[in-house]
Amino acid sequence: MLLDTATDFFRDKSTVNDVRAQIETETGFDAGIWQEIVDLGWVGLAIPEQFGGSGLGLAGAVCIAEPMGRRLFASPFLSTQLAVQALLAGTDAQCAQWLVQLAGNGVGTVAMVERAGDWNLQNCETSISVRGETATLAGTKMFVLNAHVADVFVISGLCDGTPALVIVPVSCIPDGALTRQTVIDETRRSSELLLDGIEVPAANLIVGRAASVALESIRNAALLLNSAEACGGIAGALDLIVEYLNSRTQFGRQIGSYQALKHPSVDILIGLERSRSHLYHAASLLHADRNAEVALRMAKAESSESFAFAGDRAVQFHGGFGFTYECDAQLYLRRAMWCQYQFGDAAHHRKCLAELLL
Amino acid sequence: MSELAQFREEVSAWLKENRPPEPDFLLPETFMEVGTDSQFHFLQDWQQQVYEAGYLGMAWPKEYGGGGMPQAYQDIATAEMARLRVPFMTNTIGLNWAGPLILQIGTEEEKQRYIRGILSAQDIWCQGFSEPDHGSDLGSAQCRAVKDGDEYVINGSKIWTSLGSYAKYMILLARTDPDTESKYAGLSFFLAPMTVSGVEARPIQKMTGEYGFTQTFFNDARIPASCLMGSEGQGWQIAMSTLTFERGVTGGQAGGLSMLAVQVEDVVELARRVLRDGAPAIEDPLVRDALVKFLIEEHGDRLCTARSALPALCSERPAAIALSGKLRSTEHRRRVCQFAVSLQAANAVLWAGDANAIEAGKWQRSYFNAFSATIGGGTSQVQANIVGERVLGLPKS
Repeated sequence: MLLDTATDFFRDKSTVNDVRAQIETETGFDAGIWQEIVDLGWVGLAIPEQFGGSGLGLAGAVCIAEPMGRRLFASPFLSTQLAVQALLAGTDAQCAQWLVQLAGNGVGTVAMVERAGDWNLQNCETSISVRGETATLAGTKMFVLNAHVADVFVISGLCDGTPALVIVPVSCIPDGALTRQTVIDETRRSSELLLDGIEVPAANLIVGRAASVALESIRNAALLLNSAEACGGIAGALDLIVEYLNSRTQFGRQIGSYQALKHPSVDILIGLERSRSHLYHAASLLHADRNAEVALRMAKAESSESFAFAGDRAVQFHGGFGFTYECDAQLYLRRAMWCQYQFGDAAHHRKCLAELLL
Repeated sequence: MSELAQFREEVSAWLKENRPPEPDFLLPETFMEVGTDSQFHFLQDWQQQVYEAGYLGMAWPKEYGGGGMPQAYQDIATAEMARLRVPFMTNTIGLNWAGPLILQIGTEEEKQRYIRGILSAQDIWCQGFSEPDHGSDLGSAQCRAVKDGDEYVINGSKIWTSLGSYAKYMILLARTDPDTESKYAGLSFFLAPMTVSGVEARPIQKMTGEYGFTQTFFNDARIPASCLMGSEGQGWQIAMSTLTFERGVTGGQAGGLSMLAVQVEDVVELARRVLRDGAPAIEDPLVRDALVKFLIEEHGDRLCTARSALPALCSERPAAIALSGKLRSTEHRRRVCQFAVSLQAANAVLWAGDANAIEAGKWQRSYFNAFSATIGGGTSQVQANIVGERVLGLPKS
């Protein structure tokens, strides 16, 4: 039901021309459509009702992220969901203050990854020192999504040697702390964030058990929604391929009749269906509050490799046109590579799975 | 405990109690490898025992010998057979293809006559589709059936007949009219007895050195005209319905296993035991990565099967999972077996029968036998064409 609504919504609101137009803008997304998404209640799906959301849980967000990925729609949806997950582990006072803001039309984001590009959320060098009622940050974060429009940042660091998170409102981020990164997926806005000297009230800290819960929730949400976007992306790339294979003629035949193109297209379809099965399974486990780590890592590994393959073949199968900026295949390949390498690549997750399963 | 959970315990207890002792000969791994009389009788007895205990054909109609129960019971019984790794049901073609076909489109008389014997394994069935010159291109089949009074006279030959030496009946695709404009329109479908004179099943030695298939020769073999299923010219259409059962696209099968499952878990165990550069292979990062890839694939396919029962989650291309099932599962099996061989270093070249062969050469044999499934019933390449054309809507090759 929600999936159908979202499928129609993004098909209508995010044509490939819209996607290309947004690439040229500073913020990278259409504020009007973002407001519609907020008004539809989609941003607040995972926020409990008492804090202004609908309390449907994270699983519902899959129904938004998959069709969103299919149409390459850009918005702060993903980054805000990750911030929401982090904040849910906070105190009631923190939830009341920050979640309510995000359930309105606030934009959230998380700052986790550092220069090494490592997606082990426990590994970081950022320091958080507390003196009296003030916490001071030092370090540099990379790949902070939608940082240029974010109202609330959730930032990881070490506080007394143990992992902690700190909630930083945009008012505490000094001018010049953000530098836009040039990333392969041009629909994304990603920034480097210099933390040195940033100060916030100590009440903004999430520490101890709550911090571990928050880090795990961020990881779960990132893997789930990235896999959902990737599944949508595979479906979009496959549509593009099938359309071209059915229309382009060479040597007097539609090129889709050649098995060299047909069989890899079937491999893409199989990758899509396997990825979706992993994804929906992971979502249902999360929804039932069961341990979803294996399912999520499998979904991420499968979907990101399948999407990378689909994007790669989409370019190749378009021949000379595929090599041009004008051909939409590159949009999918760029998105696929973003999905592949953010939040841990397939090899990273398989390594973790090996520890869990072998 | 729910009724189904209780039933699961009951089946499980019965299977553990009644599973036949390991014989002193090598058992086949699939119904396509039944090559000796002792293998055959062992499996035939086992199927009969399972049927008599009520765990086969549970969802087939009672009046023809089935159990008349909801499919969920059979699914549980089959799953327990897989889990406990009991021998498979040897009359596969009867149970999974001919039986469901007869129940779907057969006459009352055909149902009365054939179904019970299929379930009890008293009447073994084989399939006569492929011919020496027409494997993947089934529509060009040339085996002739000429009507002569109240009989048809069959001449020609069929190949890759699994259980051909033991079968009492064959589902036979033969050409009744060689002059039709479309090659498909001249074909007819028969439920043919193998016991009439003029039928000879000659065993074919497989690449494993074992037997299990025959080439079946028809030399003026006369079968009753009543063996024709449907009417003349409907053969292609009926054969296609049969293939949907064979490829697992539609339900309706009697249940039970048709082959021993190959599970990645078994390869994981193998990797713990064999050494690579002086350490258990499972410690090698490349081996670990490959094993996890196989586990993701195995798990993904299992989840696909579960998902295909939920139409709301398959709305985009409803046929995608079912139509790609054979391609996915058979290619997965082949690659898993191939990988298991690759873990054995120099010992990988030891064949079944060698005293030092790892796990008695099981993986080498499984790897070779895996080709029977990637080739039989439509090669993987033909399967990929079917999926590409019917699911993705790509032009014909």
